[in-house]
Amino acid sequence: MKWDISQIGSWTYKDFPPGAVIPEAGNSVAYVTGGWRSERPWRDDEKCTQCLLCWIVCPDSSIKVADEKVTTFDLDHCKGCGICSQVCPVDAIQMVPEGCDLPEVK
Amino acid sequence: MPTHKTLAATGNQVVAEAMRQCAPDVMAAYPITPQTTIVEEFAAFVAKGRVHTEYVTVESEHSAMSACIGASAAGARVMTATSSQGLALMWEELHIAAGMRLPIVMANANRALSAPINIHCDHSDIMGARDTGWVTYFAENAQEAYDNTLMAVRVAEHPEVMLPVMTTLDGFITTHSIDRASVMDDESVKAFVGEYQPRNPLLDMEHAVMHGSFAGLGGPYFEFKKQQRIAMENARTVIKDVGAEYSILSGRPFDVVEGWGMEDADVAIVVMGSTAGNVRHVARGLREQGAKVGTVKIRVWRPFPYAELARALKGVKAVAVLDRAESFGAEGGPLFCEVRSALYDAVDRMPVVDYIYGLGGSDVKLELIERVYGDLADIAAGSAAPATLTYLGAREEA
Repeated sequence: MKWDISQIGSWTYKDFPPGAVIPEAGNSVAYVTGGWRSERPWRDDEKCTQCLLCWIVCPDSSIKVADEKVTTFDLDHCKGCGICSQVCPVDAIQMVPEGCDLPEVK
Repeated sequence: MPTHKTLAATGNQVVAEAMRQCAPDVMAAYPITPQTTIVEEFAAFVAKGRVHTEYVTVESEHSAMSACIGASAAGARVMTATSSQGLALMWEELHIAAGMRLPIVMANANRALSAPINIHCDHSDIMGARDTGWVTYFAENAQEAYDNTLMAVRVAEHPEVMLPVMTTLDGFITTHSIDRASVMDDESVKAFVGEYQPRNPLLDMEHAVMHGSFAGLGGPYFEFKKQQRIAMENARTVIKDVGAEYSILSGRPFDVVEGWGMEDADVAIVVMGSTAGNVRHVARGLREQGAKVGTVKIRVWRPFPYAELARALKGVKAVAVLDRAESFGAEGGPLFCEVRSALYDAVDRMPVVDYIYGLGGSDVKLELIERVYGDLADIAAGSAAPATLTYLGAREEA
């Protein structure tokens, strides 16, 4: 079910579903948590062997894969934990400070 | 109409029997004295195929209530039982069950809390769970423990309530003494409790929902608490309606406050749980000697029956409260504070005094109750100043 929360700002105790149940599953996608990050992952496409270990270990499902290949990171939900960088066997993923100019990191 | 059978059984046995008749989908439980024989007996019913319940043996009460919460959110009818340290270990889950509006029914064998270690009756454990948002019944004897368990299911699952319910019985005194109790036939109980219709079951894949969401950072936490307050207020009416319906089936009257001798009583004792019987026994003797004494028993502790209690005590000249739990630093025990609050708006406010009694199973002798009625007579006559708090029967210096 699609939950209409467009007016939630003016809801009273009569409008919220009892028990704080959300009648729409999979809603965590709508909750953007990328802002919690202080470091972001950066991937060197030339070094990457496409072993997909990062995709397996990412606790936030933020490694985007298409046709069995890593394409990019979901920076709306990546919290910058750095696990992908730690497990990468060829050091293709680095953690870089948020806000730096990415192309110059290399 | 149902057929009735009289059992000679312990309070715990009849609670297990009531639970079997309610046929919960899930029970997750951990043994603890003096509750153990409830879940032990229920486990035997499961093993013998007399009830088809998913029985989850867990490693602690913390896990027991957690499993109950998960099962209830999934859409199951859920029951469990605990006591004392076990109830204390469940403490955070008690709030979660109520906040998630899960109609879990739990029996509690009222027992003292450590330290020092003690396994006997008092109401310290249940008073520790006072503000967790559970509807709470007190039983005087095995019969009430049975009746309360059946009514609890209906109250918990009522759409206007949807709150967990605790049914309590006094440890050892009620849980382990052989008592007589009339039980209904299985079919009548089944018809009375009905089929549970969960509101938002997690296992309904057609209508997928999320339980246990976050409501902080300016979120509506406050509004959800107001919903709980309203649900608890709704329970007042539902408890009475369900009680009225049940009393037609059982033939036994039900009220949230039960008075004895209150029509013309000059003095009264307010009490909860098994001691109510002892107090009535003493009151009966005093009545035969011409003393106008009465007894008020509180059967539903949450929501607290303020209006009913004030009505029952109208016109009385002095009131004593028997508290089987401490609230250190408060003016008296937990029941005393409620009773005084209930009487604050009374037109003719009378002196109200508190007696802490029976902690850790300390013996409640009839002479002690006679002493309380004696004190009340003196207060009512104006010949003694009311002492707010007395430790009734505690050893003192000679």
